[in-house]
Amino acid sequence: MRRSLPVLTVVVVLIGLWYLLVIPMNAKWERDQAARAGTELGLGTLVVNTMGQDRPVLPAPHQVVVELWNSTVVEEFTGRRGIWRSGSLSNRSLVYHGLVTLGATMLGFVIGTGAGILLAIGIVYNKAMDASVMPWAIASQTIPIIALAPMIIVVLNSVGISGLIPKAIIAAYLSFFPVVVGMVKGLRAPDAMQLDLMKTWSASGGQVFRTLRLPSSMPYLFASLKVGVAAALVGTIVGELPVQQGGLGVRLLSGSYYGQTVQIWAALFAAAILAAGLVWIVALIEKRVLRRMGMAP
Amino acid sequence: MQQMTAQPVIEARGLNLTFHTNDGPVHALKDVNLSVAKGEFVSFIGPSGCGKTTLLRAIADLEQPTSGSLTVNGMTPEAARKARAYGYVFQAAGLYPWRTIEGNVKLPLEIMGYSRADQAERAARVLDLVELKGFEKKFPWQLSGGMQQRASIARALAFDADILLMDEPFGALDEIVRDRLNEELLKLWARTEKTIGFVTHSIPEAVYLSTKIVVMSPRPGRITDVIDSTLPRERPLDIRDTPEFIAIAHRVREGLRAGYDGDA
Repeated sequence: MRRSLPVLTVVVVLIGLWYLLVIPMNAKWERDQAARAGTELGLGTLVVNTMGQDRPVLPAPHQVVVELWNSTVVEEFTGRRGIWRSGSLSNRSLVYHGLVTLGATMLGFVIGTGAGILLAIGIVYNKAMDASVMPWAIASQTIPIIALAPMIIVVLNSVGISGLIPKAIIAAYLSFFPVVVGMVKGLRAPDAMQLDLMKTWSASGGQVFRTLRLPSSMPYLFASLKVGVAAALVGTIVGELPVQQGGLGVRLLSGSYYGQTVQIWAALFAAAILAAGLVWIVALIEKRVLRRMGMAP
Repeated sequence: MQQMTAQPVIEARGLNLTFHTNDGPVHALKDVNLSVAKGEFVSFIGPSGCGKTTLLRAIADLEQPTSGSLTVNGMTPEAARKARAYGYVFQAAGLYPWRTIEGNVKLPLEIMGYSRADQAERAARVLDLVELKGFEKKFPWQLSGGMQQRASIARALAFDADILLMDEPFGALDEIVRDRLNEELLKLWARTEKTIGFVTHSIPEAVYLSTKIVVMSPRPGRITDVIDSTLPRERPLDIRDTPEFIAIAHRVREGLRAGYDGDA
């Protein structure tokens, strides 16, 4: 509770600032409308009107919340294509698109984490990889993913792979990097003394890895996983933009095609909520694991 | 004094060890000759850079001598290490934070492939030996520095090596704790009859503990004096106020000073 008070304060301040911004952002359209109709616009009416436009430049927070509600609960339970009437999720609901994104994110996260850990092990144990892999890994992250994603999709599509896999690979492309960086640092965390101690026991390489390097790397791994899972979500959304087969990325793009700013913001918030949830789950697992290892109170 | 007829446990003949650094070669050990008999408590004392730790590490096969011969239990240090001839205690306890005290003591046993039952039995025995009974399930951070170091000694004793090598094990502890651990170490040595190699830079500690004190000096690291202690094996703490103790401490100090004069 003591921790939630500062957080809530910040949220309230941000929402307040948002509402204040909505007025000047949307005022021009209201004044144009009033001028065209030849009516006089009072300040009170102006403020109220800016909060309820159909296609505002900046939607008010409550509009986004209403849209989130309508495109999830209302759509699924009262919509013709919602799960209540049709038995399957509506392709107009954020639940459906969120799950599409979540699936690719999770697959990409697993691939990226696996690849990241394997690369890190290679870097730590192999001199040639140590000298060669890291610059490439860094270079890979300097290429804008928005430029790379369509090419990955086109190339994979030409060899007959489409749907979930290309998006997951783009997600993996973004999420492997923090895992490599964190795990290399983590696997190298044991100091010279701990390694000497292992040598005095004539421990094998596998034993040193299993009983020393791997446990040492756990705090680093979880820090990386939190960054990695959020990066995987970003990668998936970017991967969804050119494909147009469902997902939050599609909602973002179609919203911008049709000037549906409220829809864009709702999709943005859905993505943010999803990311926060994923990071929270990783943090929860981290807490459990480190507590079991005696490394957290 | 021990009889010298038996084969020495540790024997160095004309041992040299040179580190190659960016600033040129560093003679860490020069022409070191040393013979340690079974059951002896040998202290290596000298200022930093005298090679005392390097010598201990060479015995443990953690450093490779450049020339000369070094045997441990009549074998090369590498063969001795693989035969689990010694347990090593570092200055820091180096316990794994993710393992309980018991888990830490069992770690070398796990690595060496002891059975689970044997691991538990040995861990219980050595933890009792260092008076840590009742702390098996605690994590290292729940223990004081002195207790952590005792746990690391238990870990080094767990697999029945007959040599115990200790590199300034109590260097980071305060004097009161150090005194107590010194006393306990002597008792432990009497009970287990191990051969102990002990690096320190404290003259009272070296004199109090040792049957043999090896005085070393730096640049190049070499032995300047080897003192066989005339103190009895049974040593209460107040033996440190006897004239005999003070005479030995004096000789150690002279040896250290001689090393410095030669250096100037």
